[in-house]
Amino acid sequence: MSTATATARRTGRGSGRGAGRGPGRWLADHLVLVLGLLVLVYMTVPVLVVMLMSFNDPASRNSYSFDGFTLANWTDVCGPYQLCESLVTSLQIGLLATLGATLLGTLMAFAMVRHRFRGRSAANLLIFLPMATPEVVMGSSLLALFVNVGVAGFLGFWTILVAHVLFCLSFVVVTVKARLAGLDPRLEQAAMDLYANEWQTFWRISFPLVFPGILGAALLSFSLSFDDFIITNLNAGQEVTFPMFVWGAAQRGIPPQINVVGTIMFLVAMSVVLVGELGSRRRAGR
Amino acid sequence: MSQESAPQGAGADLVLSGLTKRFATFTAVDDLDLRVPQGSFFALLGPSGCGKTTTLRMVAGLEEPTAGTITLGTDDITHLKPYKRPVNTVFQSYALFPHLSIAANVAFGLRRRGRKQVAEDVERMLDLVELTGLADRRPAQLSGGQQQRVALARALINQPRVLLLDEPLGALDLKLRRQMQIELKRIQTEVGLTFVHVTHDQEEAMTMADTVAVMNAGRIEQLGPPEVLYECPATTFVANFLGQSNLVAGRVVGGSGVSGGGDGGDVVLDVHGATVRADRARAVVAQGDVWVGVRPEKVVLAPAGVAPPEPAGNCLRGGVVSDVSFVGVSTQYLVRMPWGQELTAFSQNSGHHERLRTGAAVDLHWSPAHTFCLDASQDAAAGVEPEDR
Amino acid sequence: MAGPLRTAEPSAPPPAPGGRRGGLSGYLLLLPGGVWLALFFVVPTATLVATSLYDPSGSLQLGYRMTGHVQNYADSLQDYAPQLVRSFVYAGTATLACVVLGFPLAYAIAFKAGRWKNLMLVAVIAPFFTSFLVRTLSWQYILGDNEALVSFLRAVRVLGEDGHLLATPFAVVTGLTYNFLPFMVLPLYASLEKIDHRFLEAAADLYSSPFTAFRTVTLPLAMPGLVAGTLLTFIPSAGDYINSELLGNPQTRMVGNEIQDLFAAGDYPTASALSVTLMAAIVLLVFVYVRRSGTEELV
Repeated sequence: MSTATATARRTGRGSGRGAGRGPGRWLADHLVLVLGLLVLVYMTVPVLVVMLMSFNDPASRNSYSFDGFTLANWTDVCGPYQLCESLVTSLQIGLLATLGATLLGTLMAFAMVRHRFRGRSAANLLIFLPMATPEVVMGSSLLALFVNVGVAGFLGFWTILVAHVLFCLSFVVVTVKARLAGLDPRLEQAAMDLYANEWQTFWRISFPLVFPGILGAALLSFSLSFDDFIITNLNAGQEVTFPMFVWGAAQRGIPPQINVVGTIMFLVAMSVVLVGELGSRRRAGR
Repeated sequence: MSQESAPQGAGADLVLSGLTKRFATFTAVDDLDLRVPQGSFFALLGPSGCGKTTTLRMVAGLEEPTAGTITLGTDDITHLKPYKRPVNTVFQSYALFPHLSIAANVAFGLRRRGRKQVAEDVERMLDLVELTGLADRRPAQLSGGQQQRVALARALINQPRVLLLDEPLGALDLKLRRQMQIELKRIQTEVGLTFVHVTHDQEEAMTMADTVAVMNAGRIEQLGPPEVLYECPATTFVANFLGQSNLVAGRVVGGSGVSGGGDGGDVVLDVHGATVRADRARAVVAQGDVWVGVRPEKVVLAPAGVAPPEPAGNCLRGGVVSDVSFVGVSTQYLVRMPWGQELTAFSQNSGHHERLRTGAAVDLHWSPAHTFCLDASQDAAAGVEPEDR
Repeated sequence: MAGPLRTAEPSAPPPAPGGRRGGLSGYLLLLPGGVWLALFFVVPTATLVATSLYDPSGSLQLGYRMTGHVQNYADSLQDYAPQLVRSFVYAGTATLACVVLGFPLAYAIAFKAGRWKNLMLVAVIAPFFTSFLVRTLSWQYILGDNEALVSFLRAVRVLGEDGHLLATPFAVVTGLTYNFLPFMVLPLYASLEKIDHRFLEAAADLYSSPFTAFRTVTLPLAMPGLVAGTLLTFIPSAGDYINSELLGNPQTRMVGNEIQDLFAAGDYPTASALSVTLMAAIVLLVFVYVRRSGTEELV
């Protein structure tokens, strides 16, 4: 209720006539909130549908309506041909791409925030451009390169990995940069003043304090990599990632198991977020 | 702390010579020469942007000098990395490591130098700054004053040969600031280290330091004990920045010490037709045009034509009180002189004088011993702080 | 002119972010990532431009010849101009929809959510955690002919007796909007959240109605977020083909569909030319947009 009074105070200039005029007044004050919640519903419904569909017992291969309840999809996730293989491939690529992009991107972010050098704006542009390039353009550029240097026959796991590190990199730099920019440089100077050399200053002060940003960047990288279809599809050769499996399945008839995978991913990610939130609350509370 | 090697004996002065720092667009520190005697409490005082913090950062090794040298005793430390200097800093806004406990913050420097057993020292240091029992807290859980003490302990525990304090009390409220000034002075006396304290607060500098260097535009205006700086300012900047001054245009017309320059002589001045005297020793300039200066609290106001209660010697007549403000311990008067200038006089509210009213005709009396003469080519408004004090 | 919050220390030395560090170590840190970007972004982009000028009669097996064949551009434009235009129309509509939906949500989270703020933020990000394709497929269900939404709209006569939602431009734009909405909400929220309540109180104190205060204070201060958000939704939407493929019909094909199909069919020169055209058009649009909105500091 304190929120409501605070809001009323904030918006209420004509306080003489406004106070406590019943539902109309309440709605006016909360209109934005109501609209916002409606938009949230729009954003959430598809996830709920995915969860629902994971229990679907489809009447036919091409049916995408809820025909009956079953637990069979959950007990037989790997049933459809190639589903679990593609999932493993996506996990492998996701982990390696996250590792590579986070490492390279964190180094770049440190260079951009903590060092002064010539060509800074050129570097900034180079980091920004990949984010401003449509996936289909970036994917086709890479394919054009691979074809021109004669590795068109070797498209697969490694070319996908190269592409994924590339498009995750800029997002890592931006995320870590933001965190690093909020870090008072005097903390690092204080460490140096207290006899810590550059290496010790990095590991004892900068890294622990920037770590939440790096972790966020890594999670973002993983989800970007795991989810990518357009760039991957152009550079995959015969390799099949999970999004490519879903795409192929969408043409033939969708196995309900992909909804199980979607639901599991959602639940895993949410528990990671929850654990992180609880952890930071506990730390703050101490 | 006894197991640590004690700071060196005499000859460990901090010496800056020809120190210069130029940034792209301006010179922050301009050919600075300075000697900070070992064991002293030294204050660098100046308005913001005068180069005092840049000077401090060069001593700490956080800023590379453009030219000049920094020596500590016999060691040239000009180009040493910050972590190789026996110098520690208490940063403005403290820069405590937010992810480490108070104990870990305080122990940080000792650990980096390879000391394993630090618990005892940390405890003793926290006792010294009166934070016993807070070792396991995080910086964010402490008040501003407590954080300030942690920052001090974190630097002091390393027994630096010089401790640098960069506006260490700036973030505290007035009452706490006064309390911490006394505290800092006590600790400095107790540990006997060289303190270099940067501040823009003239009262703070005068309260704490043995020696104050007033800095302006990258240079030192004047250096000395607070009393000397206050009583005998050498420039208009010091006269105005350190306390307040009345500066009136005058001209040297004679005196016993004019040519000989011997002590004890007088300078005779003409100030808008009145004859005024000043001690020869207190005249930076003793011929030609000068600024004749006197501190407001040295001026005694008396109704026009009435002799003051105590004989003074110098007198300017024809003033009219244009403003009276009562500030408790004293009353501050603005007096408009016949030539248009407004002069200031402070009068203690000791109950011995009658309060004057706006519009009263008054004469200004003061002693030649309280008169100083400055170079007339300097700006009479230099160092006047824009905000009220 | 000085901004309202200029600090009054004009002559203080610039706070040196890196202290005395500079030069070599900076380049060293930049090197690995920079090499990666150069090798796999700059070089490929140049290769793409080169490929767009190859003789189109070559093939992957026989090899291509560099003939400076500018005709590829004319051909690709002639064949695929409708798809190109459609891409920008769909992307523009979806971006507009994202602004209309995203602004109230971001505003509500920033100012009205109180202690539910974090929860609402998580709800915005949550959809990311489920596969993009799986979520898009679920719109096939939501918009399906036999499902609740269509039945309801038919019952209230918004749709005709045999009206559809799926396989229409509406479905494609809905999917695009849905997919990229979080990219609008998050930067908008970040901008709005920084606005100090006292600004609005000051505006009210200076005789602004809530609406005027919104227009003259909130909106200008939210501009950086709005610009970032529109770019983050418009650019990927314009290149997307997943929504068109899964939720549209042959008449809703976008330029991305064509580029993908041309590459799959092995017509690299035409595909590259179309790709370069798309990129050039986007760069041009973004440049004009950023110039006009006066927010040049995006990165």
